[in-house]
Amino acid sequence: MVASRAIGSLRRFTASRTLRCSGYICRSFTRSSVLLTRTHLNYGVKGDVAVIRINSPNSKVNTLSQELHSEFMEVMNEVWSSSQIRSAVLISTKPGCFIAGADLNMLNACTTSQEVTQISQEAQKTFEKLEKSTKPVVAAINGSCLGGGLELAISCQYRIATKDKKTVLGSPEVLLGILPGAGATQRLPKMVGIPAAFDIMLTGRGIRADRAKKMGLVDQLVEPLGPGVKPSEERTIEYLEEVAITFAKGLADKKITPKRDKGLVEKLTSYALSIPFVRQQIYKKVEEKVRKQTKGLYPAPLKIIDVVKTGIEQGSNAGYLSESQRFGELAMTKESKALMGLYRGQTQCKKNKFGAPQKEVKQLAVLGAGLMGAGIAQVSVDKGLQTILKDTTLPALGRGQQQVFKGLNDKVKKKTLTSFERDTMFSNLIGQLDYRGFEKADMVIEAVFEDLNLKHRVLKEVEAVIPDHCVFASNTSALPIGEIATVSKRPEKVIGMHYFSPVDKMQLLEIITTEKTSKDTTASAVDVGLRQGKVIIVVKDGPGFYTTRCLAPMMSEVIRILQEGVGPKKLDSLTTSFGFPVGAATLVDEVGVDVAKHVAENLSKDFGERFAGGSLEMLRQMISKGFLGRKSGKGFYIYQEGVKNKNLNSDMDSILASLKMPSQPDVSSDEDIQYRLVTRFVNEAVLCLQEGVLATPTEGDIGAVFGLGFPPCLGGPFHFVDLYGAQKIVDRLRKYEAAYGKQFTPCQLLVDHANNPNKKFYQ
Amino acid sequence: MNQNFKMTSLLTYTFKNLPSTSKWALRFCVRPLSSSSQLQAAAASQTKSKKTLAKPNIRNIVVVDGVRIPFLLSGTSYKDLMPHDLARAALLGLLHQTSVPKDVVDYIVFGTVIQEVKTSNVAREAALGAGFSDKTPAHTVTMACISSNQAMTTAVGLIASGQCDVVVAGGVELMSDVPIRHSRKMRKMMLDLNKAKTLAQRLSVISKFRLNFLSPELPAVSEFSTSETMGHSADRLAAAFAISREEQDEYALRSHSLAKRAQDEGLLSDIVPFKVPGRDTVTQDNGIRPSSLDQMAKLKPAFIKPYGTVTAANSSFLTDGASAVLIMAEEKALAMGYKPKAYLRDFMYVSQDPKDQLLLGPTYATPKVLEKAGLTMNDIDAFEFHEAFSGQILANLKAMDSDWFAQNYMGRKAKVGSPPLEKFNNWGGSLSLGHPFGATGCRLVMAAANRLRKEGGQYGLVAACAAGGQGHAMIVEAYPK
Repeated sequence: MVASRAIGSLRRFTASRTLRCSGYICRSFTRSSVLLTRTHLNYGVKGDVAVIRINSPNSKVNTLSQELHSEFMEVMNEVWSSSQIRSAVLISTKPGCFIAGADLNMLNACTTSQEVTQISQEAQKTFEKLEKSTKPVVAAINGSCLGGGLELAISCQYRIATKDKKTVLGSPEVLLGILPGAGATQRLPKMVGIPAAFDIMLTGRGIRADRAKKMGLVDQLVEPLGPGVKPSEERTIEYLEEVAITFAKGLADKKITPKRDKGLVEKLTSYALSIPFVRQQIYKKVEEKVRKQTKGLYPAPLKIIDVVKTGIEQGSNAGYLSESQRFGELAMTKESKALMGLYRGQTQCKKNKFGAPQKEVKQLAVLGAGLMGAGIAQVSVDKGLQTILKDTTLPALGRGQQQVFKGLNDKVKKKTLTSFERDTMFSNLIGQLDYRGFEKADMVIEAVFEDLNLKHRVLKEVEAVIPDHCVFASNTSALPIGEIATVSKRPEKVIGMHYFSPVDKMQLLEIITTEKTSKDTTASAVDVGLRQGKVIIVVKDGPGFYTTRCLAPMMSEVIRILQEGVGPKKLDSLTTSFGFPVGAATLVDEVGVDVAKHVAENLSKDFGERFAGGSLEMLRQMISKGFLGRKSGKGFYIYQEGVKNKNLNSDMDSILASLKMPSQPDVSSDEDIQYRLVTRFVNEAVLCLQEGVLATPTEGDIGAVFGLGFPPCLGGPFHFVDLYGAQKIVDRLRKYEAAYGKQFTPCQLLVDHANNPNKKFYQ
Repeated sequence: MNQNFKMTSLLTYTFKNLPSTSKWALRFCVRPLSSSSQLQAAAASQTKSKKTLAKPNIRNIVVVDGVRIPFLLSGTSYKDLMPHDLARAALLGLLHQTSVPKDVVDYIVFGTVIQEVKTSNVAREAALGAGFSDKTPAHTVTMACISSNQAMTTAVGLIASGQCDVVVAGGVELMSDVPIRHSRKMRKMMLDLNKAKTLAQRLSVISKFRLNFLSPELPAVSEFSTSETMGHSADRLAAAFAISREEQDEYALRSHSLAKRAQDEGLLSDIVPFKVPGRDTVTQDNGIRPSSLDQMAKLKPAFIKPYGTVTAANSSFLTDGASAVLIMAEEKALAMGYKPKAYLRDFMYVSQDPKDQLLLGPTYATPKVLEKAGLTMNDIDAFEFHEAFSGQILANLKAMDSDWFAQNYMGRKAKVGSPPLEKFNNWGGSLSLGHPFGATGCRLVMAAANRLRKEGGQYGLVAACAAGGQGHAMIVEAYPK
């Protein structure tokens, strides 16, 4: 026995030696050839299997750049010409990333659609060669396999993926306003069926490995490993490679076929889809749905449908051609530029530019177990942050705890969490009515009612019990942080953290710093926000900060428009057709009429006539009648539990009638109404940048889109000014200024941009 | 290196006789000395780091003897019995083997994993049935595969603290029959039906019945916290330590071959025959089946398909069986005229990540228990490790032999080292003898004790992993002949 074990280990040793040798031979071989070094790829030969390892230097992720592309072609040519090699494995040695997608800079550098089309066609050619390879290629996928990465993987003969949480497959191109331009529109429908292919490409959502296996997107799964005699991640990649090699050999020896057994349902579906009439129905259905959801504002999804259709109905040559051409066209659209800008902005706002805080927050405390407080607690405990949730009464606390539990339990129902994980997460939450344990808190976030006196009282109470290093954050949408901090003994530790409701769904966190807030306090708040999974903008203190301040003038205009006789339904449809996810009247109901009034009153004190427009009397009357919006069951609409279609609240008619104002026909066309709303929003946003409330236009765009639902297809107010043209916006503002007055006066920075067409917020 | 250790023990022994020297001080002064080469020659004798593990002011606890009924594949001769029947047979076997008067026994503890709901305190039912005094209390413990280890250490605790002098510890598992429940919905309906008073109420309860209520609920085979089955975890563990299918099959073959030899040579002396009602008397384990590597290689992976490495042939099988040991305070045993088999010495329970290190208990427990006892790996003459899977054993051996693992996961400076295979599970293990979850611990202790007597040697190390990511190790010291 001992002997046999020794032999076993000896055998392994020799095996690994030969491997290393052959790897070495290969490398020196490449060196001697024309191209000296490869930076993104290297490969070695194990037996008769070429193992191609991707690892782009100086980057957290591998992207499908032109360099990687050409190096890959070189390697593949060597693989194809070598008589020693019978199959290949394609793997990334970068932890958590196979290939995260195409190199966006490569696309941005193109100035014409022809250039983009050409990039697409080159990739198509490569991948077609790969698809037709007589030597089987196995893609071994660990980590994100997105966009171009997925297109590469599905061109291989076989796919093996790790069942890791980080392993996600998907075609997110649509979210950037483009389409998969390297053959996915042609291959995916054949691989997973037309409906699933549409789902992948039109939603852009990431698919986890086990789901991908069920769909037929990958052929085998590999379980992530725990630690052995080296770290888990390293060993998992090694193991994936070992498994992939056995499958590559099996494929070369024809012991394994890449074909997959289809289930009965799948067989039936594919039979149904072989009938042209059924296919036509599907195209029609999908197109209808897309039109309804995008309101025609996003060209990419429709083009995707079109390209898929061309490929299936007219053959793949036509399909590939159409794919590359549409890809080129889409890459030049304003929508795509806006969406890519947002994507870059989002990446930037997921970094902590203030550096690591001196002390990492380990114990968090949240005051107030209302909708916001409980939401903040939920996004904290599910990331493993110990959180105290404090309220003043047991029923209020219980409601908050139940909200957290429900939020986690919904994930169990969706199978993204196990019930056990839910329970461990929920154990991170401590509900209580007193200040016990606050002496150990590293950060306190208060989410009590928006009342300055109450906030002052709470701040004083908390400061009496917390340690010196503890940060006090106030979750408020409009009360200036500086005013809250006036009663603080340590204003450098006071900061604003403005979350958006519902906290577990809304990505944005607006952090507000006063002149006295220390840099470390900011770093700590950003750090906590990032751990909570938020996209973060950091703005200067002032009435309404950034987000609320931009929303307020638009809301004022909403009331004015309603007063002028445009019904809530009509107004909603005008705003949603402009690209806002929620209609303006509905938004008031969702926010709460009382909250809207409270904010509007406060801000109009500070900003005077620039926030003029509609009469606050409307909100006051609504409140007096109890029409507080969704939370009270009535606002502009009537809300009933379980009823999906909401009806207009007919009791509003008398209020609207009593406050009716004449409309001015030359500024009241549908388009004018839309632009009256949007230009006021944009003007205020630019003013925020001018005044230094905003540090960068990027944060302005991210805040507007992720916090307020500014149309993503416009890319946020600053992208909008750049793409639409500052001059046109100023012209519109001047026109409305003439009709209504100073609330439409364009700010200086906007005027500067209009006067100088070379001036752009994004260069 | 070996020489050094032996010399250390010699010196320790010498120092031990010096009065008023603390144990710690001893260890510190011994180490530097032991490395000086001139003393090397003096260390020729076979002495250990320590001559005995007796501790001042703590009672010595001994195993007088222990027995088990033959371990059988589930679904064979024991399949119509209930768990307490097996436990009773083990108790009767122990009574017969040791001739201990029933009324001397102060307490009885049994371990079990899958509980038969009718006999949830299986220890008590078995004891009453075996004719123990109804004045002897009994309780049942559960700690997955180390349940009977827990039973034994409970006994050690009771005796060491002076609460008892004589305790019977044991374990039982019957996998031929497991409690399969009605679904929660069905149970709820049945309970509601119980409460319903009027016909109308009953009808209204019954009207809620749906066909899916009838789907049964099986006892969990997967880890509750991770929803992963143990075999799956074992396969991942083997992969994490890069253990090949061949190595695993080789190890399983070794286990079966050694068990077969032990069986043929009559070394498995802890087995007591069991006359099963309505069937022949069972006299030996029936899961020992040495096969060939070729045969084993034909099997398909059982958990990670199609490329995993854990198969039915290199895993322990579902087993029925029971075991029992008689544990006493040394002075009590001697007063009763017994010649005990072994001392039960230091023991250790450990626990770790139930996902990726589910079965690494022995790796964590071994260095700790050695340290606690003041022994080194070289002092151990008989290793008895529970073999859940070949892959699990080989992974543990590799982990114990890895400085990287010791430093990064166990917070230790260096590895403890891998036990030499020639001293390791020499009479077979759970892979071949079988593994009735609740009963394996007592088998391990008796195997260690019997091996020390048979093969000569002083210290045995028993170690086992258990579901939940837990583990156990204990030092068994041979009773001087």
